[in-house]
Amino acid sequence: MQPDNKPAVQFGQDVAVSENVQQFITFTLGEEEYGIDIMVVREIKGWTETTMIPNAPPHVRGVINLRGIIVPIFDLRARFGTGVTVPTNMHVVIIVAAGTRTVGLLVDTVSDIISVDPKEIRDVPDMGMPTEDQFLEGLVAIQDRMVTLVSLSGLFGMPTESIKRTAAVAA
Amino acid sequence: MPVTSDSEAYPVAQFRKTYFEECAELMDALQSNLELLANGQEDDETLHAIFRSVHSVKGGAGAFGCTDLVAFSHTFESLLDALRDHKIPATHDIKQLLLRASDALADIVNAARLEQQLPPNFGGDISAAMRDALQGAGQSADVASAPAVPEAKTLTEQTYRIRFRPHTEMLKKANEPLLLIRQLGKLGSLSTEVDGSNLPPLESLDPEAAYLNWSFTLDTAVPRSAIQDVFEFVEDDCDLEIESSEPAAPRAEAAASDTTGASDSTGAVAATVAAVGVAQSIRVDVDKVDRLVNLVGELVISQAMLTEQGLGLPADKYPELIQGIEALAQSARELQESVMAIRAQPVKSVFARMPRIVRELAATLGKEVRIVTSGEMTEIDKTVIEQLNDPLTHMIRNALDHGIEPPVERIAAGKVRQGTIHLSAAQRSGRIVIEVSDDGRGINKEKILAKAKARGLVPAGANLTDDEINELIFLPAFSTAEVISNISGRGVGMDVVKRNVQALGGRISVKSRFGHGSSFTLSLPLTLAVVDGMVVSVGRETFIIPLVAIVENLRPQTADIHPVVGRGHVLALRGEYLPLVYLHRLFSISDAIGDPCRGIVIIVQSESAGRVGIVVDELLGQQQVVVKSLEANYEPVDGISGATILGNGRVALILDVARLHEIDVRGTAMRLPPPDAPTETEKDLTHAA
Repeated sequence: MQPDNKPAVQFGQDVAVSENVQQFITFTLGEEEYGIDIMVVREIKGWTETTMIPNAPPHVRGVINLRGIIVPIFDLRARFGTGVTVPTNMHVVIIVAAGTRTVGLLVDTVSDIISVDPKEIRDVPDMGMPTEDQFLEGLVAIQDRMVTLVSLSGLFGMPTESIKRTAAVAA
Repeated sequence: MPVTSDSEAYPVAQFRKTYFEECAELMDALQSNLELLANGQEDDETLHAIFRSVHSVKGGAGAFGCTDLVAFSHTFESLLDALRDHKIPATHDIKQLLLRASDALADIVNAARLEQQLPPNFGGDISAAMRDALQGAGQSADVASAPAVPEAKTLTEQTYRIRFRPHTEMLKKANEPLLLIRQLGKLGSLSTEVDGSNLPPLESLDPEAAYLNWSFTLDTAVPRSAIQDVFEFVEDDCDLEIESSEPAAPRAEAAASDTTGASDSTGAVAATVAAVGVAQSIRVDVDKVDRLVNLVGELVISQAMLTEQGLGLPADKYPELIQGIEALAQSARELQESVMAIRAQPVKSVFARMPRIVRELAATLGKEVRIVTSGEMTEIDKTVIEQLNDPLTHMIRNALDHGIEPPVERIAAGKVRQGTIHLSAAQRSGRIVIEVSDDGRGINKEKILAKAKARGLVPAGANLTDDEINELIFLPAFSTAEVISNISGRGVGMDVVKRNVQALGGRISVKSRFGHGSSFTLSLPLTLAVVDGMVVSVGRETFIIPLVAIVENLRPQTADIHPVVGRGHVLALRGEYLPLVYLHRLFSISDAIGDPCRGIVIIVQSESAGRVGIVVDELLGQQQVVVKSLEANYEPVDGISGATILGNGRVALILDVARLHEIDVRGTAMRLPPPDAPTETEKDLTHAA
């Protein structure tokens, strides 16, 4: 963290989307704050009981009925390997479009919408955790906090708009 | 009016599509009428229907530049024309030739539709054979260009007055009046008057609508039917009046080929062909119907939710609301049935492909086989129809390959030379039953049983009933090459057929008498979109078991449950031992009852292990559920065939009972977490947020 840096982000403002600004919805898992490309987010809803899927990995919490569609819910905490969420009514599910699929991400809370200049996104340093690198897209410093950007393609193994755009910017 | 090439291209593509759609229907009609003919129905009506199918295919083909198609159908048509005029007798050879020609025509149409190239001179041999047949009868292939001209020579010239009033939409159906007029001109001396009084002002003119009417005066020697033939393709789209100005001599032969059946023996009778059969059906895009089916599915789920909420209300307090909910349930059910009925199609579309398969395979195998179909108008949901083709083809091929004997063998066995395969469909108590039977050699039970014992599929001392022996052919182990050569019965991939059929929620069974033939019976649900299911609970989870798989439900006595070392438990039921599958163990569900003597055992029919008992906690009831895909947003799950939404809005998974036992066998051998208490990893990872 370098507090003397000029903030890369206009925080808490309703910024018009310009060509070189990407917007992220941020959410928390415990103390940590993560961001996900706003373009893939379809809706945000409260936690509802799921129907379990037999013999699924621990991060698959089961399926819910989203207006007639069967949508699987993934526990992001379990997916990141930092434990299993015990959901309450206060927990939140972010419904996202991952490629052609619609899936739900179980998180603790949704906090904000941030606008980020892609140039300010830092690479995730090599932490010796290769599995984790796959679904972390980059790091962004916001004032005194750090937001980790999550890549849907890393989570679900398919390309998303976010990746393509970042690649285009990098090129 | 300027027309750009773009706006022109679109309608042509559209017309082309419509043409080939119609072709498919025409080819189906041709096929079934030829079958009728081959089975001895040689009346004029059948011959005429055959002729018209080919004629219509040819008629459209010219417009799209399909020259091969035109050439072939032209020869075909000439032969048919000679046939319907009884210039050539409908002998067996001719009928066979017609069938081969129709197969070739189907291939040519198909190639034209896909814009593929056929091998050079495709169907040339058949064309040549047809020309030979024509020559034999003193006909040339050119007669069809003016179908009725030959018979005209016997008639005296007379004057016809023809009034032709196209309906507004006639042009949209790719009809061109100019071509008709030219055709008419070829019949004799023609004078034309056009009536443009209906033409609207230019600004309100619809370029695709027909506004002009014509009056023709035609001096010709051809019969009235020849004039009507000119208008054959537009007769539903116009008002047509044909009057002959002079009383004509009775012309029996012309009347015989008169399709409309209108009598023209008295000259001044106006034969109004128009609007005789207004189409009673419309073409609708399948996607639109599917959307409707999905929406109705949603509606049924919402209605089930409302009903469930309504049950909790005091009836005396909200009588109207409760009545309303009941009425809604009734309407929703009827709506669903009606919508499913829209998507239903006659099985004919699948059945119609079978005669060709039989014909081709019979020729390859050197056997003589005929196929007799019945009940082809039985309707079944489109989703099932699509899945029906493969199993049915497989069964037909099997019947031919392994059932029907070569002619020599049949005669030696005292049977008629030609074998018969019966293909029938019928609707019985909400299911469709399809039967494929043959009069071939049947299943040799001794050989099957010996083979099964040799392979260890049946215990050496087992005493199997005939039906049980027949069922053995559905075992996967029987579908090996070795079996085909050794066993006179069947067995080629019947396990695959059975699996396909079960995937559709269907059942297959076989009856056979050695030396007399076999009969396979398929029973299928009418739709795949809705399933009748038993709702069961295990712990806090709810599952659906398709009713079709369930044999019976029971609560066993402790004495009936026996442990098998390393293999779980079996249930003794009427002298039989059925393996038990504990759903809560299989799916790692906590809080389940687990003891079959306190819960319920549901006996289901399983593909690999015969009957299996599934142990659940409780039966919650029987319900019709709308099947939803789990794969769409997740992935296929072993042991689960789909999902549905219950009245309370929760998702319930539909069990794939055929897989459950296999998973269980595999799971018992590998690992099985204790049903109670979470695993170590789960405990460690539990994290209160």
